[in-house]
Amino acid sequence: MKADPKSVLTGVYYIDGDVAAGWGALAAGCKFIAGYPITPSTEAAEAFARVAPKAGAIFIQMEDELASIAAVLGAAWGGAKAMTITSGPGYSLMMETIGYGAMLETPFVLLNVQRGGPSTGVPTKTGQADMMQSRWGSHGDYEIIAISPDSPQEMFDYTIKAFNLAEKYRCPVMIMADECVGHMTEKVVIPAADEIEIEPRNFYKGSAEEYLPFKPGSDLIPQIAKAGDGLNLFISGLAHNEKGYPVKKDEPRGIYLKRLIDKIQKNKDKIIELKEEETENCEVVVVSYGISSRVAIKGIDMAREKGIKVGNLRLVTVWPFPDEKIRELANRVKAFVVPEINYGQIVFEIERCCDGKANVVLVPHGGAGVHNPQDICDAIELGAQKEKKSEGIIEFKTRLEKLVFEGNWSAKE
Amino acid sequence: MFEIRFAGYGGQGIIRSGIIVGKAASIYDNKFATMNQSFGPEARGGACSSQLVVAETKVLYPYVTKSDILVAMSQAGYDKFESELKENGILLYDEDLVKPKSDRVNTTFAIPATRFAEELGIKIVANVVMLGFFTAITDVVSPEAMKKAIPDSVPEKAIPLNLKAFEKGYTYGKNLKKPA
Repeated sequence: MKADPKSVLTGVYYIDGDVAAGWGALAAGCKFIAGYPITPSTEAAEAFARVAPKAGAIFIQMEDELASIAAVLGAAWGGAKAMTITSGPGYSLMMETIGYGAMLETPFVLLNVQRGGPSTGVPTKTGQADMMQSRWGSHGDYEIIAISPDSPQEMFDYTIKAFNLAEKYRCPVMIMADECVGHMTEKVVIPAADEIEIEPRNFYKGSAEEYLPFKPGSDLIPQIAKAGDGLNLFISGLAHNEKGYPVKKDEPRGIYLKRLIDKIQKNKDKIIELKEEETENCEVVVVSYGISSRVAIKGIDMAREKGIKVGNLRLVTVWPFPDEKIRELANRVKAFVVPEINYGQIVFEIERCCDGKANVVLVPHGGAGVHNPQDICDAIELGAQKEKKSEGIIEFKTRLEKLVFEGNWSAKE
Repeated sequence: MFEIRFAGYGGQGIIRSGIIVGKAASIYDNKFATMNQSFGPEARGGACSSQLVVAETKVLYPYVTKSDILVAMSQAGYDKFESELKENGILLYDEDLVKPKSDRVNTTFAIPATRFAEELGIKIVANVVMLGFFTAITDVVSPEAMKKAIPDSVPEKAIPLNLKAFEKGYTYGKNLKKPA
């Protein structure tokens, strides 16, 4: 279906990524955001709150992040498309209930504008160090989808996509943005409502007698009850059967879990979005996501000027991870170069998929800024010089690290 | 490509200046413009800056590394960002608020922006006087684009005054034959 014109602020704007995400949520049909303010994501909630009433949507500032995510789950089960917005410590506080959402197959979106961590870290500067937390932060085994935008325009476009994926696969979808993209102001084009495709909620339409809330369709995804339709519903975080009742002693207790994993893993081809450029005959591939993928292009251009054949693979969706694509590339390239604003997270996934067939060069960054493109260029050069075999993860020393750890750095005024 | 730094103190419209030029360049001149502002304890009341990269193609690196243009509206802003300005970079400053060092004489341009704004009746348009001056001196944006971006960025009742402030700075810049 198409977006509701009342929810789409069609026009050309000069806005930051946070505002674009707030407006994207509204365009996607989000009717409920609950959140607690935290730098650098607050502007997204503010932007949504300002325009929500005219579109019949609600923003609630809750008492904390625990309540925020719980309210979002409640709103989703009440029938609304819902989202929460947070950063840093707020994301950690939400972890338990994210797992609850995954367990109940609740469609909802979470925008995390990543900042420097751990703990309070560097609230006003960028980071990409919540990537593993987004995948594994809640206890137990589950699957989520994570998208990593690189511009304000993408903050708008991919917030809509996040809602569509959440509805389609009935799982938490994380928009793993970062402070740089969230606070960056650029031109954003918001199209007309009839140019925006919206995934409607897949409500159960059969008879009340036959309704089983967790009975999947052929795509492995169950239809959801519409609140007020009079369907009997029992939802619980306990391991449950198709009826939603806790599994009994004599039932195989772990079996419910397989479908939660499979509904994402077996639909990976439909979920994963990659941007691939000049990977056909390259010797080195740069794999990156979010703001790093944008800065990486500059490093790639510098390396190409030196005559190195470099390909570029951008992970638009980071989770589920594109194992097959990395495996395929590992067969033919000498090295992967992975710039990320952390000391190694997604690089381990790449190493795993490489299976010893290629080198993996990590270009780390401690946060509070983005990579120096020259470092990425140098790391590409290092990768190109290596033999086609694996030395494990090669940690590249950035210019800043050399300065600091060799004692040549001093604080300026 | 232009890397531009606007520097001053909170309340002078330093962030707004970055937004107006960015909007003019990207929406009305069809270039690419990425704006970032200072966030941090210094952003309220004290020193404040915004950075803007304007290019013909997509801006890949979103921050200023060495600026081509420094617009200084306060002495502290000038002192902080002078060293970031390229050797032949252009310095624009409010002559009543900033006393620059004497090197760079060939690429330094001064305007009494705040005084002009006071003459127009309200000093908060000093940044827009400066933007008129900026448009006249540099080749970053067209005056036509700026005259469209300014009304988008200020309250409706303040549009005529802001356009007047822009004209004041623009005319002063065009008439200025030599660097300060």
